[in-house]
Amino acid sequence: MGLTITEKIFSAHCKKECRAGDVVMAPVDGAMIHDITGPLAINVMKEMGGGSVFDPKKVIMLFDHQIPADSISAAENHVMMRKFAREQGIYNYDIKEGVCHQVVPEKGCVKPGDIVVGSDSHTCAYGALGAFSTGIGSTDMAYVLKFGELYFRVPDTIQINANGKFQNRVGPKDLILTLAGDIGADGATYRALEFCGNAFSEMDIPGRMTCANMAIEMGAKAGIVPPDEKTWEYLRGRTDCTPFSLASDEDAKFFEKRDYDVSKINPKIAVPHNVDNVVDVTEVAGKQVDQVFIGSCTNGRYEDFVEAAEVLGDNVFSEDVRVIMVPASKAEYMKVLKAGLIEKFVEAGALVEAPCCGPCMGGAFGLLAPGEVSLSTSNRNFRGRQGSTESFVYLSSPATAAASAITGVITDPREV
Amino acid sequence: MGRAWKFGNDIDTDAIIPGRFLTIYDPKELASHAFEGTRKEFAAEAKDGDVIVAGRNFGCGSSREHAPLALKGAGIEFVVAKSFARIFYRNAINTGVLPLVCPDTDKIADGAEVFVNLKEAYIEADTKQYPLEPIPVFMMRIVEAGGLVEYAKMRGNK
Repeated sequence: MGLTITEKIFSAHCKKECRAGDVVMAPVDGAMIHDITGPLAINVMKEMGGGSVFDPKKVIMLFDHQIPADSISAAENHVMMRKFAREQGIYNYDIKEGVCHQVVPEKGCVKPGDIVVGSDSHTCAYGALGAFSTGIGSTDMAYVLKFGELYFRVPDTIQINANGKFQNRVGPKDLILTLAGDIGADGATYRALEFCGNAFSEMDIPGRMTCANMAIEMGAKAGIVPPDEKTWEYLRGRTDCTPFSLASDEDAKFFEKRDYDVSKINPKIAVPHNVDNVVDVTEVAGKQVDQVFIGSCTNGRYEDFVEAAEVLGDNVFSEDVRVIMVPASKAEYMKVLKAGLIEKFVEAGALVEAPCCGPCMGGAFGLLAPGEVSLSTSNRNFRGRQGSTESFVYLSSPATAAASAITGVITDPREV
Repeated sequence: MGRAWKFGNDIDTDAIIPGRFLTIYDPKELASHAFEGTRKEFAAEAKDGDVIVAGRNFGCGSSREHAPLALKGAGIEFVVAKSFARIFYRNAINTGVLPLVCPDTDKIADGAEVFVNLKEAYIEADTKQYPLEPIPVFMMRIVEAGGLVEYAKMRGNK
């Protein structure tokens, strides 16, 4: 019997055949820590006996959640992490590069077939490049920092076969929200999602990142797109790896296969307070919004801002809406800047902030008051996620977010 | 013996400890903000021996280990649920809050007097007993070592 991509990646790392359900100690190719969960990992590593990290070149450190420091305690955490980086010889991107899940792939820190862990649940995003990447807690991360390996239960796989062409102004975010609605918040727990079909082979890397990023919202351990020419093209100049083929065998055993015709997918929206509460945008159209956030590791790339700009056209944003835009990294910010989009957005009434996680997790800025409604291109709409537990967060694509920011109410982007 | 704190399905880590408290690492201090805004009386009233009893997918969302630490600080030693989100499950084991799977949590009422018997693998609620599923063997090794920190120390000294 053949192997899935996930089984192949673990087999290669463990130098023995690994099957779904096996519990293995596997070496990791990269470990990412950021300002929220990093300090705890560093403290726990000291409790474990301290010493040197397994390989400073494989540890990726950056700050993105609370930057520039939004409190004295955040500043103290940054200081502590900088000190650790200097002592250990770890390169620290500090506050200068942006959101971890954009920066890690951008800097060439992940390649197809790798096992990468991060102390952030959306680490599954790097599956967009054909890696097995997953989020872990700080104590697991401390163990990784010290020993360079970790226990994994090799997950079985749900294969998603998505084919067809998206309707105009419908795209990857609408597809992944559709999947979240169908599979449910725990429907893929302890499993890997594998994204196949021509909808994925024709999708650009940013779109794949949007989809892989949200695998965790179905409980999945990873969300993997088989690497192809687009993957190798993205990696050219970022890494020195040479292309190789990596795909599940035809006779591999899957837990389940699901088929989608993406041409039938309408613009989708996740309504409060769960990511799997997904409906067509038309079902909640007309709902007034107080804040629109376009950004995050899910949808903060250049292509997302181009989409927003196309929807915006010659319009301006509603006077009744606070529009906050945050490109996910310095590189994405520069692309948006050079394309003249920042000027366009600011003139239309938006605030464009420097790269960071922004309002996504309700920490640094852009918090909501009781009763307020936010429409966000990020990945979570849990009660209280972006501020008051009496506020309401909706999740959508950048196109739907931009359309709604113009009208001031939730709006189908095909109608603007 | 303690009281059951009953919760529903999909209790996320933002509910257990909101994002704005993540610069805190002390379990007791985290506990003072546990379920802030969603279950206000928890932080003030939870005490040693109390048990969280929940539905499906407890601890979904963020990888923040602050969530099990906040529960630990509140005196919670056991979370009994129909199922757990993967990262929370590992974090809980690693930090010394035991996640225990029980298919019958619907039958346990909020405020019930509860007691967990780990050895015989059951939770007793208002004198009725409900079986707990065993902790996977490889996780049990970490539990028996006293958590991942102790496990790592044993390995580090080899």
